[in-house]
Amino acid sequence: MASSKVRTSSFSRKVLTAPTSSVPGLKYGPNGTIFLSSGIADLDKILGGGFHLGSLVMIMEDTEAPHHMLLLRTFMSQGLIHNQPVFYASPSKNPRAFLGTLPATLVSKDDKSFKGDAEQKDLRIAWQYKKYLGENKPSIEERDGKVEYCNDFDLRKPIEKHLIAGNRVECVSLLGCSSLAGIRDSCSKFLSQLPRYDGSITSAGRIAIQSFCSPQCEYYDKEWDMLSFIRSIKSMVRSSNAVAFITFPASLVSPSVSKRWQHLADTLLAVKAIPDEDKELATLLTGYQDMLGLLSINKVARFNTQVPVILDATTYSMKLQKRRSLVLECLNQAPVDGSSGSSYGTSGGCSSTGATDF
Amino acid sequence: MNRPTSLLEDALSLDAGESNSRGPEKGLVVLVEDCVETSGAFVLHHLIKRFLSPNLSSSDNVVLLVAFAQPFSHYDRILRKMGCNLVAQRENKRLLFFDMLMLECPDDGVEDGLIAFYGNIQKAVEVNSSNKNITIMIDDISLLEVATNGSTKDVLNFMHYCHTLKTQFGCTIIKILHEDIYSSGDGFTFPLQMEYLADITIKAQPLITGLAEDVHGQLTVLNKGTIDGFRNSKGKIHNFHYKIKENSVDYFYPGSRS
Repeated sequence: MASSKVRTSSFSRKVLTAPTSSVPGLKYGPNGTIFLSSGIADLDKILGGGFHLGSLVMIMEDTEAPHHMLLLRTFMSQGLIHNQPVFYASPSKNPRAFLGTLPATLVSKDDKSFKGDAEQKDLRIAWQYKKYLGENKPSIEERDGKVEYCNDFDLRKPIEKHLIAGNRVECVSLLGCSSLAGIRDSCSKFLSQLPRYDGSITSAGRIAIQSFCSPQCEYYDKEWDMLSFIRSIKSMVRSSNAVAFITFPASLVSPSVSKRWQHLADTLLAVKAIPDEDKELATLLTGYQDMLGLLSINKVARFNTQVPVILDATTYSMKLQKRRSLVLECLNQAPVDGSSGSSYGTSGGCSSTGATDF
Repeated sequence: MNRPTSLLEDALSLDAGESNSRGPEKGLVVLVEDCVETSGAFVLHHLIKRFLSPNLSSSDNVVLLVAFAQPFSHYDRILRKMGCNLVAQRENKRLLFFDMLMLECPDDGVEDGLIAFYGNIQKAVEVNSSNKNITIMIDDISLLEVATNGSTKDVLNFMHYCHTLKTQFGCTIIKILHEDIYSSGDGFTFPLQMEYLADITIKAQPLITGLAEDVHGQLTVLNKGTIDGFRNSKGKIHNFHYKIKENSVDYFYPGSRS
């Protein structure tokens, strides 16, 4: 037993030394997989590098808050910045208008530190300290070059027009179509135009579908059609170099169908709003005022491996840093007196004990 | 390569079954149940390796892998780390891989689609049936349901037909089912029927206390045993924890890990 233990430990590969891909926006992960950035540096780090190429990412929406849109926007923006073709479908009349709301990249870090040097000197020390803490993440960011694996986004500024005009962006409305065959065809057409993987990868595509099963769509009541649509998207994406990113309001479909969707997802995330004036939660968690919502990571893609990814925490708080860039932080429990120390903090939507970290 | 002390092997007691019931009763039906939090795929990988490994007494095992969930490369990568080369086995015709990722039955032809699919399996079994142990693995039944547009009745019929292969050719049938899908709504009878048909039910569950690095979940193995009563673990429920590693899985009793 002991000897086999030693053997397995020496067998584990060093991931960090994996060569970075020459193509911007892609990097190699363990087990022969390739990562693509989610557009949120913290999320990339949590997921071990980003979304796997060929994976199906599903986001369970909170019907009361549009936090999934933040993830969707950064996901699409990141694709545009890396010149990756983007396919977008949503249940709105004019999906193309959504492109105007995508966030722009934040001014580069050097500029920022120049500007804010005087006013936030004391803050900067803490900030840099934090930066060194996260040093084990692969440093793919080339400071002076334009090739960054993951950009910082300024959620207040719209993306530059030339990025939308200069890229292949396909927008489809989910409203008009009575069956999903049409969307499936346009997805497969989109994927077939991506360059195939032949030893060296040249580009990757992103499929983003917003609020897939929202009630205004005609196919809303056809649960099995939606399931087989997702299944075929999954198998199409798996054999091409693209990532499909689908958000869906899980509470609107029946529980068993929702479970099936969760099984189909390679990576499963859930967003949850936090109530504005929840006194109990406010005393329990530090930094409650700055929190936008909670993000739980229910499933991390497991490609070419059977070992599950065990995260330190499964629930993270989404915060806006300086009101413009999205960061994820572990939940920090504030010191409380024994009387109010209920297990309220774990109400973040996940059964895991890792929901609250000290 | 399989450690004889593995708790899973003990619980399955497949060896015992093979050594003393060579005669009339050969085939087994194994059902693996899992949920969103814990995937039971590792049990399947273990069994693939087990049935394909050359040091098994009978090297004439043939595995039919019907894959709805993952492409071949995924299984190949995993099994290679476990010391089993699926590509070579496929060339030796010991592994027959059915790539079902894209299988879709049209609305009005679900039955025909499944009949044709069953025909393929039956043909493959018949060709290999002479003096060989055949194992049919289905990963997974819940996706087969999706592929047939939710026609559970047809899926059940299909599974019954597969079970006839067990009696006719002594095939072992291993199937994965996502049990939590059926915990609500009116589909709850489906897993019950699957469990009823299974000789061994393996259930993978997360720990109630949440995710942990050292313990990835717990397995509950219900071995119904057979009427002849030769199996040593007849009607016994085994319960133990596991930790999945790249090339193997550690099984241990709760609390027995130092």
